[in-house]
Amino acid sequence: MRHFWLGKLDSHALPHAWFTIGGTAVFLLAALITVIIITRMKRWKWLWNEWLTSVDPKKIGIMYFIVGGVMLLRGGLDALMMWLQQALGASNMPGIGGEAAHGYLSSEHFQQIFTAHGNIMVFFVAMAFIFGLINYIVPLQIGARDLASPFMNTLGFWLYVGGVLMVNMFFMFGGEYAATGWLAIAPLSGKVFSPGVGVDYWIWSLQISGVGSTLGALNFILTILKMRAPGMTLSKMPLFTWGSLFSMLMAVTVFPLLTATLFLSFFDRYLGTHFFTMTAGGDPMMYTNLIWMWGHPEVYILMLPAFGVFSEVVATFSRKPIASYKSNVIGMAGVSFMALSVWLHHFFTMGASTDVNAFFGLMTLIVAIPTAVLFFTWIATMRGGMIRFETPMLWFLGFVAIFAVGGLSGLILAFPPADFQLHNSLFLVAHFHFNVIGGVLFGIFCGINYWFSKFTGFKLNQRIGRQAFWCWILGFCLSFIPMLILGLMGATRRLDHYDASTGWQPFFVLMLIGGIVIAIGTVLQLVQIFASVIQRHRLYDATGDPWDGRSLEWGTTSPPPSYNFTVIPTVTSFDTFWEAKKNHALPGPAYEDIVIPKNTAAGIYIALFAFLLGFGFVWEMNWLAVVSIIGIIVVLITRGYNEHSEYILTAAEVEKNEEKRAELHKKRLEQHKAALHEEEMGLVDFMRYMLKLGMNYIRQKRRKRT
Amino acid sequence: MSTQHKHKHAVAKAILFLGVVFGGLGAYIVHFTKDIRVGPLTTKGPIAAEQANLIYLSLGIVLAVLVPTILLLYFFAWKYRESNNKAVYKPGAHHGKAFVMTMWIFPTLVMLVLAFILVPVTRRLDPRKPVNNGTAPITIQVVALRWKWLFLYPEQQIATVNSVTIPKDQPVTFELTADETPMSSFWIPNLGGMLYAMTGHVNRLNLMATAIGDYSGSSAEINGAGFAGMRFTANVTSKQDFGKWVNQVQYKTNPLDDTAYANLRKPSEAAPVTTYSTYAPDLYNTIIMKYMGDMSGMDMSSMNHEGHTK
Repeated sequence: MRHFWLGKLDSHALPHAWFTIGGTAVFLLAALITVIIITRMKRWKWLWNEWLTSVDPKKIGIMYFIVGGVMLLRGGLDALMMWLQQALGASNMPGIGGEAAHGYLSSEHFQQIFTAHGNIMVFFVAMAFIFGLINYIVPLQIGARDLASPFMNTLGFWLYVGGVLMVNMFFMFGGEYAATGWLAIAPLSGKVFSPGVGVDYWIWSLQISGVGSTLGALNFILTILKMRAPGMTLSKMPLFTWGSLFSMLMAVTVFPLLTATLFLSFFDRYLGTHFFTMTAGGDPMMYTNLIWMWGHPEVYILMLPAFGVFSEVVATFSRKPIASYKSNVIGMAGVSFMALSVWLHHFFTMGASTDVNAFFGLMTLIVAIPTAVLFFTWIATMRGGMIRFETPMLWFLGFVAIFAVGGLSGLILAFPPADFQLHNSLFLVAHFHFNVIGGVLFGIFCGINYWFSKFTGFKLNQRIGRQAFWCWILGFCLSFIPMLILGLMGATRRLDHYDASTGWQPFFVLMLIGGIVIAIGTVLQLVQIFASVIQRHRLYDATGDPWDGRSLEWGTTSPPPSYNFTVIPTVTSFDTFWEAKKNHALPGPAYEDIVIPKNTAAGIYIALFAFLLGFGFVWEMNWLAVVSIIGIIVVLITRGYNEHSEYILTAAEVEKNEEKRAELHKKRLEQHKAALHEEEMGLVDFMRYMLKLGMNYIRQKRRKRT
Repeated sequence: MSTQHKHKHAVAKAILFLGVVFGGLGAYIVHFTKDIRVGPLTTKGPIAAEQANLIYLSLGIVLAVLVPTILLLYFFAWKYRESNNKAVYKPGAHHGKAFVMTMWIFPTLVMLVLAFILVPVTRRLDPRKPVNNGTAPITIQVVALRWKWLFLYPEQQIATVNSVTIPKDQPVTFELTADETPMSSFWIPNLGGMLYAMTGHVNRLNLMATAIGDYSGSSAEINGAGFAGMRFTANVTSKQDFGKWVNQVQYKTNPLDDTAYANLRKPSEAAPVTTYSTYAPDLYNTIIMKYMGDMSGMDMSSMNHEGHTK
């Protein structure tokens, strides 16, 4: 009976190691503080109505940023723990069989950390930020008021949150995550070698968030293809939208593959089937193929929107339209198409025949051609421009150097015989960090610095932003250049300890120092945001177009109203907004009836059931899984019968709302003018400000007491 | 200070900053890589040497193209900065067909060059192909176990754990497989690249050593908790010393019988180097056939993850 209700769950599964107790305590404490703050501010209703159940892609985008940002800190902590372990992991006893120094973590724990680090950074940080940017910016860029399916969008977001919860659940129940590497390669991830719940958590966190990604991708494709403003033909679409379209097309191609592979893997573990087992006719090599058929394109799903961000930023900050727009679009198309046909280069070393390896090596070389074209369009755009070095441009310039090294190391790895020597070494690990941090993460930072005023109504602090940028560059070089060198010294990845005689330790120590500098850079980015909030009047974005931008999103106010545009703009050329601005031909106010989707909590309920479904299967509580499936179906059907999912905001109401917004704008403008004499805050100013704030608070408390 | 000066100042600062960082980093790297003995670039055999040359060659070609391109980008960023009054702002610059063609053809040509290197070198350095120096290769069968390497010498009928001895200038064919162990990767960086060792499969990796010495090897692919300690040594000796060593191993009676092999199959970390004077001739085939077809008679209980001995 007990097993029926609780499955495998018993008291042993509760936290008892230092990291699970610590993790649980941190999560519970964070939840408690949040609850207290919201309750004291009486903001529950507001939170539920304005944010959690909202179907406004702008709000969903912001929520993606917040959850993704928290996960960035979580995954970054994992990285610091790994760096510390490896810096301490040199055993001083030479030869095999000596007493090894194992750092401060056990092997199993270290392996769980790098698995979680990879999953969190790819699925719950990079994907979140990319989806956040697409959510916020794409509808604005194409002159749409919403997405094709607002409901699918909120559902996708909440499924993502379900995945986030699932990946962190092991702190509270089970105490172990997968110790298999981020792709849980078979047969290591099978029941025989990984009998615990760690791999099950891995499967279900990816499964739940992966379904969300598929839904999101379908939704964005439909939105981009069907909901563009009148006159905006495909060939007049902004480049970030193009990058997002290609990215999402890839996502609908490969994410179903991930879903299927995860199900087969789940069947192996749960039902005892033999798809990927090494016995009874199972084929682990098939798993390797399937997971990389998804895994390689996944990196490009993240990269293409980032390419789009860079194209926008280069054009804006050079004050020129992108050079050879067509080549840029074809370049992105080429990258996304070729990226689907190179997966085998992740396992040249598995023993495929020479010609198979050579074919996939050639395909890998071909990817470099469209990528190079993108770089040439950026170079040609800058030539003859008038370039401003604001923070978005700095992130672009940082990306160029780092991504170039990533491409360089990638081309070396494309040669199968060279790959035999570098595969699974730290050279490879450094290679993809050059690409994913230098390309994807810097692209995200670039985009956030660029569009921040659109999100909030005020610009980001540039001074602290520049300091954060240089910390990232310095920290990155200190941690990942030594990693390239370590690979050339024969260091393999995922080692929790190694022999001191290898001479690797000085480089691992350097990597730790670099990691700390990156951490400082991350803290500075948070300071940058806080300092901007403090000086929000000074940094107020009065025009909605602070950078002298070119695409439609700069034609609305910052932040835009929930309906984005009072009147949908008509597009006549690639640079319609820019041209209208230069010819002083921006349209005047006009109002029309607007259809607005109603809020819905159905996404939250479905995601909750999906989470419980996963949790039920992880712990073998079959009743819970069955109940959850029924729950999902019931919510879906109920939602399907809801015919009042939209309401009409009449032209008069829109006008009233616009008047209200104009009044607020007037007030803000006065505050802005009053604050214009202020210097932009530096780090020292910020600390002084915070100190003063704290002192005042204490003084007030004392005064109250006396 | 004028904006122009301010910009110059900022760029000078950035260049100084990068100079200090890369100067320091370079000195650090040079100092600590002075006497490295392991890795793909400290080659002790023809395969590793050719692979290292390939790394240098591809690095050189790509660098030759990439560095000027990136420098051009930074040069334009500097030249067309807003504060530079001398640079001409040409917002309407038109990019003609010639420019677009160059943009596509140039990288295509570079990749063609690389492709013409890639295909033949992939064929020439096929790991299945024995190293050809006039001597017939000896075969060493390798079994990846949790978490140790078992080496079987079918010609000498001896076996070793976590240490493999091979003669200098003698082509060797390593036949890689695994038993009750997830995918592992067999790698001796000084001698050449890696291949996977998988249950029910044989991957052939041909290598040769041209210098006497002890070279470290490992499993480059994660295969469980003890994977970091799954290291072995490749001892390269002279041909005479190899013969002597074989005699010694055969002389010291310690057969790899069923009990001994059952013990090896148990998961353990940092297993000591062991030699076996003899083993059952069909051991290797049995290990492979175990994963082919009929599963009856296989002892699945021994594949339990828990309770591995340290």
